[in-house]
Amino acid sequence: MRIDRRRALAAGGAILSTLALPPLRAQGKPMRIGSTLPLTGPLASLAIIHKVTAEICVENLNKRGGLLGRPVEWVLRDDQSKPELTRTLYEQLITSDKVDLIQSPYATASILAAMGVAQRYNKVLLHTSFGIPKLAKYDMQFQTAGSPFDPENVWPNHIFDAAAKLPKPPKTVAIVTSKFPSVHAISVGAREVLKKRGLTEVLHLEYEFGNRDYGAIASRVKEANPDFLWGGTNGIDPVLMLEAMKKIDYRPPAQVHLFPAPGPMLKLPEAQGALALTTFESHPPFTDDPAIAQFVKTYGERAKEAGIPYTAVDLQSAIMYASWQVLEAAVTATKGTDDKAIAAWLKKNEVKTLFGTLRWNGPQNYVEGADLYKIKQLQQGRWVVVHPSQWTAPGANII
Amino acid sequence: MPSATLLGQSVLSGVFIGALYGLLGLGLTLSWGMLRQVNLAHFALAFLGGYLTFQLSARLDPFVILALVAPVFFVLGMALHWFFLRFSVTLLNTLLVTFGITSIIEAGIQWYWTADFHRMENAYAAVRWKLGPLFVSLTDMVTLGFALALALGTWGVLRFTDLGKAIRATTEDAPIAAAFGVNEKLLGYLVSGLAAAVAAVAGLCLALNHTLAPVQIYAWMGVVFAAVMMGGLGRPIGPLVAGIVIGVSEAITMAVTNPTWAPLVSFSLLIAILLFRPARF
Repeated sequence: MRIDRRRALAAGGAILSTLALPPLRAQGKPMRIGSTLPLTGPLASLAIIHKVTAEICVENLNKRGGLLGRPVEWVLRDDQSKPELTRTLYEQLITSDKVDLIQSPYATASILAAMGVAQRYNKVLLHTSFGIPKLAKYDMQFQTAGSPFDPENVWPNHIFDAAAKLPKPPKTVAIVTSKFPSVHAISVGAREVLKKRGLTEVLHLEYEFGNRDYGAIASRVKEANPDFLWGGTNGIDPVLMLEAMKKIDYRPPAQVHLFPAPGPMLKLPEAQGALALTTFESHPPFTDDPAIAQFVKTYGERAKEAGIPYTAVDLQSAIMYASWQVLEAAVTATKGTDDKAIAAWLKKNEVKTLFGTLRWNGPQNYVEGADLYKIKQLQQGRWVVVHPSQWTAPGANII
Repeated sequence: MPSATLLGQSVLSGVFIGALYGLLGLGLTLSWGMLRQVNLAHFALAFLGGYLTFQLSARLDPFVILALVAPVFFVLGMALHWFFLRFSVTLLNTLLVTFGITSIIEAGIQWYWTADFHRMENAYAAVRWKLGPLFVSLTDMVTLGFALALALGTWGVLRFTDLGKAIRATTEDAPIAAAFGVNEKLLGYLVSGLAAAVAAVAGLCLALNHTLAPVQIYAWMGVVFAAVMMGGLGRPIGPLVAGIVIGVSEAITMAVTNPTWAPLVSFSLLIAILLFRPARF
């Protein structure tokens, strides 16, 4: 067929106009997704990570044409780190703001509070950070963190599996744990797991969350002289503990801290080599997917703008991102915002997220005995996944 | 049975944390005991001082920063006193007003420095000495040194100088003191400014020894209040002694039993003192 000049120009114009078209534009009434985060109060340092992540997710969704062709509007309220306020705000979101769907608040107590409200109004609740799965009795709650039904069993085994790969595998363990509910429950589980693995517990200490002085605790660990320090710690506690140890010229030969604040740990020479739990770190193979690599880049920029000291995507950011991935998948698959339909779909299906494939086909919508958590290690000022092998950073070995 | 080294190191640890309780309590006891103002904002000011030290530490030595921040805080303390006088704020209302000011300062800190944790990198943190089997760090010694110097210095001024006598007379009976020519208002400004300047010193010690986060403003309130009440209102040395007693008791509790019992110690001591020495308050 001969193509004349006019037809060629028309075809070229059509192609150009297609290329010049803006991204799919969402139309109609916005789909309103409501949630709270602890933007103030003790959990605020972690909430800002969730906020920045969710904003990127909503922005990306709208760039892709929204959900079911409708623009997505995220209705966010500050629960001030108070579960009782979380409960009230979710009531408001559902009854007054009349949101179409709800998303996760942050941390166990607030999620439990929101779960009660969700149950009263038959709303699906996706949640990112619920530390005690056995308390999640509501039939339409779904975790998006990749955690197991029995973290007190699965996570200590992950950690001791990784510790067994250390150049000097530990034989003796000192367990020092905060009484913060989730890490405490995991540490209680660790005591049983280490016995089964033939390890010896040389010290077991519990301290109140919010403890200010770690001097005596550091001295007791030094005196116990374990091969491996099990830190049932979260947030800034491990930093304070290691600084107290530094003051008495002691450094544990090997150590794990369950959920440390990643940024402050980086700057601490004594923390080098520390193990911790994670779902995602900003390196291949996690970033092999270009969309995820782009998210990591965007998050780094936005986190810097927001004044977040640690700008790499890790556990906290990843669980929030996964929550929006699950929401998008379920709404798209069910072609609606009917909570019961979404819950039914989630129970029968799985969703591929940035840190693995989520399923909800076990007890209380969890999976027993398996999860998507990994073990990371602080190496030369950088967190890298070192266990299991399919998720390790290129060239990284446990040291 | 814990070893002598463990007990010794724990006692040292308790003395140092107690010194910080005493330092934080000094400003509080002055404003409460002398001015009848329960100044919760003292804690927020101390943390603001810590954050300013952290912020400027990239360019200046922490002690130079203190020389800059303390006078500014002195003026802030005077401004706060002016506010209380201007609006005739009662003792109970000072508690409410300063709680509000604390929230505002906390929000300001969170807005500027975010809610995340911050740790001041400084060369002093690496300095420590070995005394037999025990270790002592420079930053802890700095805290103890400041706490002792300020508590004893303030006590000395109140006890032995005309200025101190005038302040004590004003606290005892302001109208009579005024009748003898004491300038009550000026002394109020001075004490309030001094209390705020002490918060700047406590801020430096917080930044040297601890990780900063806005929410931690509230973490120190309970135990420091206990130290102030045990030490006696308006007594500069009292909070330091009480703070060290609390700190050492907590540390020994952590050394010999489960550390989870430690927080009970300070408040059990407070209740015991309230029961057996109620006249002190």
